[in-house]
Order: sequence, then C-alpha cells, then structure tokens
Amino acid sequence: MDTGTAAARPVVQLKGVNKWYDSYHALRDINLEVARGEKIVVCGPSGSGKSTMIRCINRLEEHHEGQIIVDGIEVTDDVRKIEQIRRDVGMVFQGINLFMHLNVMDNLTLAPIYVNKTPKHEAEEYARKLLARVGLAEQASKYPGQLSGGQQQRVAIVRALMSKPKVLLFDEPTSALDPEMIKEVLQVMTELAQEGITMIVVTHEMGFARKMADLVVFMDAGRIVEAAPPEEFFSNPKSDRAKQFLSQIINH
Amino acid sequence: MIAATVRSHVQISAQVERPSPLRSGGPISRIKQGLFNNAHNTVLSIIALIALSYAGWHALRWAILDAVWYTHDANLCKQATGACWAIVGEKYRLILFGTFPYDEQWRPFLAIALIMALSIVSGFRRFWSRNLMIAWAALLPTVLVLMLGGVFGLRPTGTHLWGGLPLTLIMAIVTVAFGLPGAILLALGRRSKLPAIKALCIGITEITRGLPLLVVLFMAAIMLPLFLPTTFRIDKFVSAQIAMIIYFAAYAAEIVRGGLQAVPRGQYEAAEAAGLKYGQRMRRVILPQGLRIVIPALMNDIIRAFKNTTFVSILGLYDILGATSAATQDPQWVQFAPEAYLFVFALYFVFCFSMSKYSESLARYLSQGRNY
Repeated sequence: MDTGTAAARPVVQLKGVNKWYDSYHALRDINLEVARGEKIVVCGPSGSGKSTMIRCINRLEEHHEGQIIVDGIEVTDDVRKIEQIRRDVGMVFQGINLFMHLNVMDNLTLAPIYVNKTPKHEAEEYARKLLARVGLAEQASKYPGQLSGGQQQRVAIVRALMSKPKVLLFDEPTSALDPEMIKEVLQVMTELAQEGITMIVVTHEMGFARKMADLVVFMDAGRIVEAAPPEEFFSNPKSDRAKQFLSQIINH
Repeated sequence: MIAATVRSHVQISAQVERPSPLRSGGPISRIKQGLFNNAHNTVLSIIALIALSYAGWHALRWAILDAVWYTHDANLCKQATGACWAIVGEKYRLILFGTFPYDEQWRPFLAIALIMALSIVSGFRRFWSRNLMIAWAALLPTVLVLMLGGVFGLRPTGTHLWGGLPLTLIMAIVTVAFGLPGAILLALGRRSKLPAIKALCIGITEITRGLPLLVVLFMAAIMLPLFLPTTFRIDKFVSAQIAMIIYFAAYAAEIVRGGLQAVPRGQYEAAEAAGLKYGQRMRRVILPQGLRIVIPALMNDIIRAFKNTTFVSILGLYDILGATSAATQDPQWVQFAPEAYLFVFALYFVFCFSMSKYSESLARYLSQGRNY
C-alpha cells in the first residue's frame, strides 16, 4: 500500500479499531477500507456503533486501539493532523447543526474563509453555485431557523461540500426529518453519489443503500457482522442477525 | 360492567375563516372588563382609585406645586411647604464633580459628555461600524488625559481629586470593559481540558464570589500595600478599580459559563468537524450564541456593577452618592438632603433603566430569524 499512488490508496482506512465508553466495548476490532469514489452504506440496529465508527474518522470521538488513516494521514492526538483531516472530511449530522446565529451564506463560507483561507468573494461564489445545484439559490440570506428541516439539511450538505472534501460522512442525515422532507435530501445525496464523491453513509434508508451503495456494511454490538454489495446483502444475507434486522425493516 | 356502546364520532371541519375573538375592543372596554366587571371588583377599584388619587395629589403638591425650584437662600426653602429642589442647583457642582478643582471642572464635564454621547450613539445600530469601535478605544485615553491632566498644559489632577459622576461612570465602564473579557476567559478556562487552567479559573471564581465586595475592596486597598514594598505605593483608585474588575469578572464568568453550556452540543461538533481551530470555534460559533442567550443576565450584572461603585466610598473615594452626602453636609441646607438624594436616585434610575432597555432591544435584534 505504501508504494501505491494517491489514486490507488484507500481514502479511509480503519485497521483493528477498538473503542470503549468507560467499560463498555463500543467498537470491536473494526477493519474497513474505503476506496476513492466508492459509496459505503453502514446500517444496523441502534447502539450498534455505526455513528461512533464514523465519528472516529474525523476525531469527534477518540478511538483507543488500532489505526485510522485518512488519505495517508493517521488520526492521532496531534491537533495539526486532526485539523488537516477535518479539512479533507466533510460531515453531515442527524441533528443538522447549522450555525443558528449565521445566515445560510455565512454558514457556508465560515470554514472556507477561516480554515482554508479562501478569499471571501471566491467562497461566496462557490457557495452560490452549490446552493443553486441543491435548489436553494434564493435562500442565501435566510437564517437556518427560517428554513424547513429538509432545506436545512441540504444547506448542511452544501456546507460539508464547501471545502472540496475527499470523503463525506453522513450520520443518519434523514432520521430527524419529516417524511415529506426525506426525499429531497436523498435526492441530493443520490446526485452526489452519481458524481463519484467518496461517501460513508450511516442510514436506515434501504432504498438509497440498494440503489447507490457499492458496499453495505452491517454492524451489530460494535462489530462489523457482514459486508456485501447491496444486491447480495439484501437478497441473501449471511448472518442471522442481518436476516433478522432486514426482516424487521421490511415488515415494519 | 359492560361498556356502553358509545362510538367515536367525527365531523369534517367547516372551511370558513372567521375573525379572531381575541383582543377585541379598545382600551376603555378592556379597563371595564378588567376593573369593573362585577360589584366586588368595582368597589375594590373605586377604593384603590381614591387612595391613589389622595397619595398622588399630595405627592404632586410636595414635588411640584409647592416646591422651591431656584434660590440661593436656604431660608426661602425653610418657609416653603414643598420640596426644595433649589439644593440641586446650589450644590450640583459638588454632587456631579466632587472635590475636583472648581476651575477645572469643565474637564470632567467634557469627559462625561464624551462618554454619554458615545453611549447614546452606540445605542443606534445604524451607527455600528469599525469607526465606532475605534472611537470607544480612543475614549479611555482621552478621558484619562482630561481627568488626570499633567499634559497639554492641563493642571495635574490626581485620582484623589476625582469624584461624583465621572468617578462612577469611569469606574463602571472600565469594570465592564476589562471584566467582561476576563469573565469570558474565566468561563472558557473553567471548561478547559487542561487541569491546571481549569483549577486556576475555578479557584479565582469561587474565592472571589465567596467574599463580600467590601472585603475585596479592603484587601485591594488596605491589605495589598502591606505586602508590597513601601516604595511601591499603589493608587487608591487603581486598586479599587482592580478589585471591581475581579469581582465583576468572577460573577459574570458563571453567567457566561451558563451561556456556553446552553449552546447545543451539535454546534460544538459541527464547528469541530468544519476544521475550525479552538479560538475560531469559540469566537465565531460558540460565544456569539452563548453570550446572546445570557444578555439579560449579563446586563443584570452590569447594572449591579454600576451601582456597586457606591462601595468605593468606604475607601474615601467619592462616587456620586458619596459626593452627594458630602455636598449636603452644609448646615444651611442639610435638612434638604433628601431632595438631593432623590435627584441622584433619578440619575441612577435613568442610567440603569437605559441599560436595561438597551439589553432588551439588543437581545431582540440578535434573535431575529432564530427559532430557539
């Protein structure tokens, strides 16, 4: 792997990652490599460690054993490395978490201006371009509180895209939304996926997984129990736990 | 027992839109409804009205109709049955400027005028600009030059000559100007992951909060010099000022900390995930939201700091209240001291009420377009 070119190297590597909350073993020996341009969907019952796993990738959570490497940089205590990794990793949250005191445009340009030192007008121009693409060109001067949940989440996706990340993390991006708004967010995610952006998506939206995922990862009790391309995972799950999970999701 | 066979029943809603029955009628009908809606309330309202008019009439006669407004002769006041507002005109220079040399009192007057003008201008958001911040930054040295003298051919006037309104205003403004940043640092430090910084900030906050202001002032003014070499004499005003700053910072720190805790965790995480450094996260994301939440509580503390300046009298510094009590020692006028105090209380009220109204409008402005 050391001799590989940047293109051949996985964007995200997790090698033997373990994590504990006090005495609770939250992540158990996680091994995962995400190739450039691939879409990984992570699913599993709640409390299975899906969110914890992706939050370790940009160090919102600390892992205690093993290695996490993002585009050649290992996630450690080193603040400068963490900052570099966070520049390369965009994140979309279940709770959306737009900056409530800033309007849409300032939300989008904050990190480019202060982190990437992009000139303001350049950042704004890029923001307007991306906003137009997600159908929110008119909302640039509004505050998050004036937008619907679906609009907010689309803005949050644009915010994650602003620094041209090498990988996008989605932490249950539609779980907090009304059913009517889930569709518009999934639509944007689908378009991004089609453009070849590397994505790791924690979601319960099996339709999205079936359509867009290169690999579906199923987790339970802090372990990766099963991983397969969607057609195989959904038609022929191997583990009993995955079978049970799928039957519950489909029959609910 | 067998349940009765009552079935749920629903009817499709009517489509017509009707005017709201709330808030109907003008002020007169609302007074009628509120005060005279039944016999019991009508009797109570009439009794209260009579009592109020009686008290109001006497207050009016004392304060306005029978009052003496202007005279240099205290005997005229003694003959009158009303208030003697003439004491304000007679003693206002002492009340406002304390023992500042009489001929030089244009300087503290100018200092107050500058401070008030800038404060009023800052109350209008359309004047908010970089220039206004520069003006505030330039205010402190300007006021110091005016008050201290000794340069530009101004007669030197040390802090021991300061008194009255300038002392109160300068002390209050400097307390907030240095205390608020101090409070923010203490609050951030208290949430630090570094144990030493955290312990230091908790220590400063808790010890200061655990002492009465009088003790802090005494320690700063009287005990501190005992520990310093005798050649190093610390100015009484400066030590009182430092004590006021620390005291304010310790109290405000806990308010700021409350604001920081009220900012949802997701905001911290989103700021981290965006790659912002600690300082940027606090400056750009967390503090603007956290401080906005605690504006009313902070203003409460700022108003208290303004009024706490009266405590410096115990060190022999004459704030406006102390200057008033000194000004009313004149045996000719001493019996009219209450009128002089009422004047000063009115001044206090104007300042404090303006601050309160300002914080309200600021909080309203900052919560535009935000739904939490």
